[in-house]
Amino acid sequence: MNIVKALFRRELQSYFATPVAYVFIVIFLVLMGTFTFYLGGFYERGQADLRAFFNFHPWLYLFLVPAIAMRLWAEERKTGSIEMLMTLPITPWQAVLGKYLAAWAFTAIALALTFPVWLTVNYLGDPDNGVIFAAYCGSLLMAGGFLAIGACLSALTRNQVIAFVLSVVVCFGFLLSGFPLVLDLFSGWAPQVLIDGIASLSFLTHFSNISRGVIDFRDLVYFGLLIGAFLYANTIVLQWKQAD
Amino acid sequence: MIKIDSLTKRYGHHTVVDQLSFSCAAGEVLGFLGPNGAGKSTTMKMLTGFVAPSAGQASVCGHDVQDEPLAVRKRLGYLPEGAPCYGEMTPSSFLNFVADIRELSGPARKTRLDEVIETLHLGPVLHQTIETLSKGFKRRVGLAQAILHDPEVLILDEPTDGLDPNQKHEVRGLIRSMSSEKLIVISTHILEEVEAVCNRAIIISEGKILADDTPHNLAITSRYHNAVRIVFDASVKFDEARSTVEQLSSVETTESDRLHSALTAIPLKGSTAAWRDVSDLVAEKGWGVESMQLESGRLDEVFRRITQGAET
Repeated sequence: MNIVKALFRRELQSYFATPVAYVFIVIFLVLMGTFTFYLGGFYERGQADLRAFFNFHPWLYLFLVPAIAMRLWAEERKTGSIEMLMTLPITPWQAVLGKYLAAWAFTAIALALTFPVWLTVNYLGDPDNGVIFAAYCGSLLMAGGFLAIGACLSALTRNQVIAFVLSVVVCFGFLLSGFPLVLDLFSGWAPQVLIDGIASLSFLTHFSNISRGVIDFRDLVYFGLLIGAFLYANTIVLQWKQAD
Repeated sequence: MIKIDSLTKRYGHHTVVDQLSFSCAAGEVLGFLGPNGAGKSTTMKMLTGFVAPSAGQASVCGHDVQDEPLAVRKRLGYLPEGAPCYGEMTPSSFLNFVADIRELSGPARKTRLDEVIETLHLGPVLHQTIETLSKGFKRRVGLAQAILHDPEVLILDEPTDGLDPNQKHEVRGLIRSMSSEKLIVISTHILEEVEAVCNRAIIISEGKILADDTPHNLAITSRYHNAVRIVFDASVKFDEARSTVEQLSSVETTESDRLHSALTAIPLKGSTAAWRDVSDLVAEKGWGVESMQLESGRLDEVFRRITQGAET
């Protein structure tokens, strides 16, 4: 555990050691604000809730989370520091977990900094703060899902741009897997069970439940399993790439 | 302490390391020599467990590299080629990170960190980011990382590459000072380095061992072993002198370096009489000589002969 903690601390510090963290946080907050107040019609809706805010999270994450995840392994490969890191007495699991948790913590910090929106809605009206809290948890879980995908794909390449594009595409697939855009690819030939399975993988469906304040055990399991599966895949990719 | 048995690495159809076997023990400073692409780095990567072998085994301190990677890595310090590092960190935060991973704690941790920083003269740059450091400092940060836990086995891939002569001298001094109780494996293509620090040299080319001996024993197989190099002064007619020297019975041939008016008399194989014969001749002819020296053998020539001979 101490080793994961050391890896976590180093990784999180490295976000803040460069301007990347600050640029990211500023862009994240500006986009969140713009989407909520202009596109989401926060005021026009006249309701004391944050639906207008949370509805855009999946779409923002689609581009911003891969941007956080792309450097996790690709950069280590590029600079060669992965050779130093992976010859320290650590297991692939510890390395994957430490890095992933650091990236997730970073997202959590960025998300927490959206608190003025919460203050605003509490100033203007009397929202259900329980629902808002649930939605924040759901948002963080979804970001964790995106991150796990991004981290895994980042380990495949030494090029951060490739890692980014790959992650956006795969995340987009997961986001929309309940929609015709993805399902039509399968509906012609695949059995119904498979199609239902794919449809149930959609981030949007699971997130919309939580963002309405309904914390269903199945949604938690879904995100938990998804994150676990991609982190496991990450360790596999790491070892497989290392053998070369 | 290190035992390698038929270690092989193939990439596709290309065999980079081909059935390599050797073993070495504490107190040895093993120089791993070979042309670029000979498989030196790959062998080192397999020893550290970073790259998995296609066939064969390697063990460090009795632990198999593949089966017990953590036990191996705990006993091993490794400086990868080019000393890659986290550029955005400072040496201080980086070494503290490595100390965390190596699970150094309490007063021992502080003492050891101070010791390593002192040994590698990292004091002045401790709080500068690593990417802004000079090559020499970066290399020393990498070395500090490798020796921090005082490992039994040190594997250094080109530890002095890109350093200036003073820095090279220091790193070599460091390696020598640690050599008595550790096993140190260094790869290099700087031959003077092998002579300076190693007590065993393995020359590999195309993944195979071509020579395995002490640097001294390798050097005496050189055709320059017992050769005599004379630098004439301006009064001597160079060509005349050369043909006279060539007629000596103990001299096989000569090599001229007109730029420095130097003549090297290469002895017949096994003959030790060249020095006496040449110096007698110089005295007899009354040549003006600026310097005259007996060569012990040139490792670079042996290296070229062995590695290029293997290609043809």
